[in-house]
Amino acid sequence: MKNLLFLFTLISVATNLHSQTIEVCPDCQYTSIKEAIKSSSPHDAIIIKNGVYREGNITIDKPLSIIGKDYPVIDGESKYEIFTIKSDSVTLRGLKLLNVGVSYTKDLAAINIINSDYVNIKDNILENSFFGVYYQKSSYGLIEGNVMQGNAVKEISSGNAIHLWHCDNMQIIDNQVRNHRDGIYLEFVDSSRIVNNVSEGNLRYGLHFMFSNWDDYISNTLRDNGAGVAVMFSRFIRMEDNLFEKNWGTTSYGLLLKEIYDAEIINNEFYKNTIGIYGESATRIKISNNEFHQNGWALKILGSCMDNEVVSNNFIGNTFDVTTNSSRNYNIYNGNYWDEYTGYDLDKDGYGDVPYRPVSLFSHVITKSESSIILLRSLFVDLLNYAEKVTPVFTPESLKDELPKMKPIQ
Amino acid sequence: MIELKNIYKAYKKVPVLKGVSLKMEKGGVYAVLGPNGSGKTTLMKCILGMVLPDRGEVFVGGESVIKKHSYRENIGYLPQIARFPDNLKVEELFKMISDLRGQKGNSEDLIQRFGLEKYLSYKLSSLSGGTRQKVNLVICFMFDAQYILLDEPTSGLDPVAMIALRKLIEEKKQEGKIIILTTHIMDVVEKMADEIIFLMEGKIYFQGDQEKLDELTGSEGVEASIAQLLLKEEKGKNDSSQKNGFRFKLNKVAL
Amino acid sequence: MKRILKYSFFDMIRSRWSIFYFLFFLITASSLLYMSNDSSRALASLMNIVIILCPLIGTLFGVMYYYNSRDFIELLLAQPIKRRDIFLGEYFGLAFSIVISFIAGITIPFIFYGFGGADTLVNFLTIVVAGSILTMAFLAISFLVAMKNSNKIKGFGLAIIIWLFMAIIYDGLFLMSLFIFEDYPLETFSLAMTVINPIDLCRTLVMLQLDISALLGYTGAVFNKFFGTSQGIIISLFFALLWVAGPVWTISWQCKAKDF
Repeated sequence: MKNLLFLFTLISVATNLHSQTIEVCPDCQYTSIKEAIKSSSPHDAIIIKNGVYREGNITIDKPLSIIGKDYPVIDGESKYEIFTIKSDSVTLRGLKLLNVGVSYTKDLAAINIINSDYVNIKDNILENSFFGVYYQKSSYGLIEGNVMQGNAVKEISSGNAIHLWHCDNMQIIDNQVRNHRDGIYLEFVDSSRIVNNVSEGNLRYGLHFMFSNWDDYISNTLRDNGAGVAVMFSRFIRMEDNLFEKNWGTTSYGLLLKEIYDAEIINNEFYKNTIGIYGESATRIKISNNEFHQNGWALKILGSCMDNEVVSNNFIGNTFDVTTNSSRNYNIYNGNYWDEYTGYDLDKDGYGDVPYRPVSLFSHVITKSESSIILLRSLFVDLLNYAEKVTPVFTPESLKDELPKMKPIQ
Repeated sequence: MIELKNIYKAYKKVPVLKGVSLKMEKGGVYAVLGPNGSGKTTLMKCILGMVLPDRGEVFVGGESVIKKHSYRENIGYLPQIARFPDNLKVEELFKMISDLRGQKGNSEDLIQRFGLEKYLSYKLSSLSGGTRQKVNLVICFMFDAQYILLDEPTSGLDPVAMIALRKLIEEKKQEGKIIILTTHIMDVVEKMADEIIFLMEGKIYFQGDQEKLDELTGSEGVEASIAQLLLKEEKGKNDSSQKNGFRFKLNKVAL
Repeated sequence: MKRILKYSFFDMIRSRWSIFYFLFFLITASSLLYMSNDSSRALASLMNIVIILCPLIGTLFGVMYYYNSRDFIELLLAQPIKRRDIFLGEYFGLAFSIVISFIAGITIPFIFYGFGGADTLVNFLTIVVAGSILTMAFLAISFLVAMKNSNKIKGFGLAIIIWLFMAIIYDGLFLMSLFIFEDYPLETFSLAMTVINPIDLCRTLVMLQLDISALLGYTGAVFNKFFGTSQGIIISLFFALLWVAGPVWTISWQCKAKDF
C-alpha cells in the first residue's frame, strides 16, 4: 500500500515536472497549432489564443491538453476534418471549430477520436460541422458542455453531432446539439450515460441507440426532431426525466422503440409529439410515471410488443391515448390517469370502479385503413367511438386499465 | 276592370276552382259568397297573384297579370289572418309598407278612423287580434288603390270599427273603386253589395244583384236565398238529373 | 330586393335568434380562451363546435325563420314586389344577420385576448370563413325545404334529415367505402368525397390549418398538397359556395311557381 502511494506521488510529480505550457497565437513563438503539437511532449498543455487558424487536418498523436482562450477559431474551410485524435488522454477545451468538409464516402468530423481512451471534449463550440464529435472504438470519454450547430438540410448529406461507435463507459453531459442528422448517435455503445443534453431540430433523431446496452439517459430535452429518441436493437436502457417535446410532423415520434428489451421509461414528459411512444417488437419495458400531454397518439404499441407494463402515467389531452394494430394484447395497463375516463369511484379509493379502454374504435379503424384518418373530428366518428365505448366489439378485449386513476398522478 | 277567364286551380290534385269566369267592370262592391272551401280565398289570391292558376287568365285593368307584380300597385289587400313581423312597431310597419311599395300612402286619416293613434308606438306582437285587423285595414286602404280585396274584413272587429269600415267602403264605392269582399255576415252583404257572386264547389253558381238572387230562389234576403241555394244543392246531389237541370237554370241566370 | 333584405336583416338583428347566436359564440369563445389560456388551443376546440353547430343551427334557424315569417311573406306578396326579390331578400337578410352574429360572437373575445401571431390569425380566419359558409349553406337548404313544405312538421323533419345525412350518415358511408375499396389507392376518392360535402370540406380545411394536420400522415400530405395549390383552393371554394348558390338559386326559381 505504501509503495503504491509512493508510486502515485512519483508519477504525479514526474508529470508535473515534465509538463510544459505552450502558447499559440498570431504573435507568439508558435503561430501554428500543428507546429506546437509537433514540438510538444506528452502531457503538455497547448494554449491557443484568440485568432483564426486554417491548418487543414490536425492530428494529435500524444496525450495533450489543447485549451482555447476566448474561443479561438479553427476553420476546416469546408474541406477538412479538423482534429484527428489517435492518443489516449487528450483534452480539447474552449475551441471554436468551424466548417468541416462534407464527404459522401468518409465521415469527416470536427473532432474524430480513433481508438483512444480518456479523451475529454469540453466546452467547445462547433458550427457548420458535418459530423461533430466522432468516437470510434474508444472508452471512458467525456463530452461535456459543447454547443454544436449544424446546417443539415438533407439526411444523406448530413452527419451526426455526437457519433459514438463501439465505445463503452462514455459520458455525454450538458451538450446542446442542433440541426444535424442525428443529435446523438450511439452504435455498439455500452454502459454509458447521457445526461442533461438538449438535442433539437435534427433531421432524424434527437438521440439514437443502435445495438447498445446498459445505457442511461437522464434529464435530456429532445425537441422538434424527426423523432425524439430512437432506441433500436438494444437492451437494458434506462430513460428517465427526459422531455420529449414537439417532435411534430407526419412521421415524427417522441420515442421510437424497435427490437428493444428490458428498458425502463420513467418520469418522462411527452408533450405535443405526433406519436409519444411508438413500440414495435418491444418487450419487457416498464413505462411508468410519465406525462403524456397533447400528443397525437400517446402510445402506439404494435401487436408485436409483449410483456410491457404501462403503469401510473398521466394521459391528458391526447388525440388518441393508445392505439394498436392487433386485436390481441399482451401488455399490462394499470393505474394510469386518463383524462377521457368517465367512470365513477363509489368506494373512494382513488381508482375508478369500471375499467377504462384506452383504444378508441376510430384509432383502431385507422390502423386498418390509413386514409380514414381524414374523418378525424367528424361527428360520425365521435358517435362511433361512443358506441364502441359502451359496448366494445372491435377493440382488443383485454386492452384495458382495470384501475384507472380518478385524478392525475402528482 | 278585373276579369277572370276560365280559371282552373287544384291543390295537390284536389280541384278548388273549376273554370271560373268573372268580369267586374263597374265600380262597386262585389261580395263573393259560398260555403267553406268553395274557393273564395283562392279566387282572391288568383287576382292578387299569390296563387297561380293551373289554367285560365287574369286581367286587371285590361292587362294580363299572371307572374307579373307591378299591377299590385293598384291593389289593396286585406288577408284573412293578419300577422306581421313581431319586432316592428305599428308606425314602423306603415312606413315600411310605403317604402316597399314605393308609394306614399296616406295613413293618418285611417288611423284616426280606426282609433289607432295610441297604438302607433306599440310593437305588433303586443296587439290584440282586433287591433291587428285594424292595422291591416289601414295598410289595405292607405294607398288609395283602385282595386280593394277584402278577405273576411269584419272578423274580430268591434262595432265601432265595423261602422267605420262600412263608411270607408261606402266612400270608396262612391269614388268608383272596385271592392271585392268575402264575408259570412249577410247583413253586410245585404247593405253594401252591388253584386253577389256565389261560389260552390269551384264554380260560380250565381252572379248578379240581390233582386236577381231573390227572384231565382224565391226567398227574401240574402241569408235565406243562400240557404235555399245550399238546400237545393243538397237535394240535387240525391237526384243528379235534377241537379243538372238546376245548374242549367242557374247558369242561365248568371249569364 | 335590397329593401326587403334591409327590413328582414334589421328585423333579425333585433330578434332573439341573432342575439342568442351572438351570445352563444361570444360565451363559448371567451370561455374557451379563458380556460385554455392559449389562442391556438381555443381555436382547435372552437373548430369542433363551429363544424358541428353552424350546420345544425343553420338548419333549425332556416326552417323556423321561414315558418315564422310566412305571414309577413304573404303580406309582401300582396304588394307590388317581385317574388324573387321577396324570397331572396328574406333569405339574405336572415343569412347576413346570422353570419354577422356568428362573426361578431367569435371575433370579439379574440380581439380582447389577442390572436397571438399570424398563424393563429390565419387559422381564425379559416374558421370564420368555414363557419360563415356552413351557416349560409344550411340556412339556404332549410329555407328551401321549408318553402317547399307548408307542413311544419314535415319541413322540420326533412331539414333535420338532410342535416343528419350531411353531418353523420355521409361520413359513415364514406368510411364504409374506404373499407370496401381498401385495396385501391383512395386519395383521390377521399379528396372528392371531402370536397363534395361542405361539412367535411370545412372540417378538413380547418384541420389542415391547425397543427393536428401532422396526424393525418400520408393522406394529410395529399390533402395538403391539393389545398395548397391555387387550383385546389378554387375547386374547394367553388364547391363550398355551390352549397350556398345552389339552394339560393333553387329558392329564386321555385318561389315563382308557389301558391300561398
